Amino acid sequence: MKEFLEGSRVVAEIVKLCKPGVISAYPITPQTHIVEELAQFVASGESDAQFVNVESEHSAASVVLGGSASGVRVYTATSSQGLFYMAEVLFNIAGLRLPVLMTCANRAISAPINIWNDQQDSVSLRDSGWIQLYAEDIQEVADLHLIGYRIAEDKSMMLPVMICMDGFTLTHGIETADMPSQELVNKFLPAYKPLYKLDVENPITMGPLVDPDYYMEARYAVQQTLREAIKFIPKVTAEFSKVFGRDYNGLIEGYRINDAERVIVAMGSVCGTVKETVDALRAKGKKVGLLKIMSYRPFPYEEIYAALKGIPRVAVLDRALSLGSYAPLAAEVKAAFFGKKKKPAVISSFVVGLGGRDITKDSIKEVFSLLTAKERVGEFIDLKPELLKEEY
Amino acid sequence: MKEIRIHARAGQGAITTAALLGYVYFLKGMYPYAFPHFGAARMGAPMNAFVRVDSQPVRLRSQIYEPDYVIVVDSTLMRGFNCFSGLKEDGIAIINGKEAVEIPKVKARQKVFLVPANDIALKTIGRPLGNTTLLGAYAAATGEIDLEHLSEAIKKRFSGRAQEGNIQAAKQGFEYISEAISYGARRAT
Repeated sequence: MKEFLEGSRVVAEIVKLCKPGVISAYPITPQTHIVEELAQFVASGESDAQFVNVESEHSAASVVLGGSASGVRVYTATSSQGLFYMAEVLFNIAGLRLPVLMTCANRAISAPINIWNDQQDSVSLRDSGWIQLYAEDIQEVADLHLIGYRIAEDKSMMLPVMICMDGFTLTHGIETADMPSQELVNKFLPAYKPLYKLDVENPITMGPLVDPDYYMEARYAVQQTLREAIKFIPKVTAEFSKVFGRDYNGLIEGYRINDAERVIVAMGSVCGTVKETVDALRAKGKKVGLLKIMSYRPFPYEEIYAALKGIPRVAVLDRALSLGSYAPLAAEVKAAFFGKKKKPAVISSFVVGLGGRDITKDSIKEVFSLLTAKERVGEFIDLKPELLKEEY
Repeated sequence: MKEIRIHARAGQGAITTAALLGYVYFLKGMYPYAFPHFGAARMGAPMNAFVRVDSQPVRLRSQIYEPDYVIVVDSTLMRGFNCFSGLKEDGIAIINGKEAVEIPKVKARQKVFLVPANDIALKTIGRPLGNTTLLGAYAAATGEIDLEHLSEAIKKRFSGRAQEGNIQAAKQGFEYISEAISYGARRAT
């Protein structure tokens, strides 16, 4: 049923429908309304989950790790500093092959302190072994949570999934979303049946010390599964489409790229603004398009190569930095073409919208206008030069 | 596509106003996107809430710089800050205030409506929260939404006495502006 709901509320409603056994969260900044609503559902009896209110994000991640290890579906949400505080546990969750699902409400990282939206938090955790899926709008946020659980809990995957939604833009934005019924959710997402679980009747050990004789194989296995995930994710989204009627391939989405001469590559809600700008420029006869990355981990190199190999000029938008190196998304898009004969003549890289700096249609038009024969490396858009004067 | 910008201070209910207005458009079968932008995230700090609405799902995620309509919840914001910045040539502004409010000079086709929303809210709700009055005034001033949908939205959001008070507040805001418009029309003829 179509409803007009805040993004955070949508996540809470969807998670409720997924019937997790354990939800754990640290309730204050940088938290969102998501867990506030979930706590309400638990308090009012609408959800049977055990809600564990903890003293830190490190503990929240540890509780869902334990919950998942004991064989139930679990959920948590955080962002920014909170996500970083979870970091060591997040690597553990992936290494232990626990199908935890969490929402990251993408926000900037300190210092300076900034509560607003960019993607530095989740992008910085790209190496953790979590599958990371990025949503463009609130409908996708809803759908990706259902898709995420299915991917995570499949016996061929057994990996955690992070659904990334832009803070404020999507968490605090209110728009129309088609909310599924419990029946449809049950049809798509059956109850979680763990392969192994911690059980006092049948004791096993999870996460023991592994010496050099075994460690590499465990890491190889995670890497191998993430490679297989590139083939597996579109299978799950195809099944999702059968039940709910909305089509995603789950990895990438091309928008008006077939005859495009210039294409922007981006992730998250900025893709909507890019699509608007593409339509405006197309109306003036400019051959432009967008390639949206939905799956940042696993990174779909081959799909990106196939989509962009015939495009003369490509601009990659990053909403995060790898300080001291190339912008992270740009570096990987470029890597997709390394050693290939057929490739764009220019792959330029732009940094936009850090710490909530608004990204307007003009920002996107500027990116297209700077996408010339001269390759740009990590060029900042909408920078204020007057603030860069050095004064001591 | 229509774009509405709301100027308020944090804690004055601008997000609720945007959410209600968005919901009214939703009831009309349109696709609204309502969202806030916080300045310094503390009570009393100037902040904006926005509604962007279209017959198709809204994809544009930026703030609103060239609004069709402006709603000013707190007229003290107009001291030293241009709430009319970028207002369209034929834009309409609805301001919570009385005659004493100093209104900047507007362009020939722009319209400004003053509504004593706090006074109306005090009488109807019992607290000086002018948001629903302003939405009633918005309905009358712009003709974009009707009072019935607005009452329905208020019913969904509030219950009990707050619901009755807010429905009354919206109605009185609507009537205040309707009368001002018909008075202006009579005077012009």
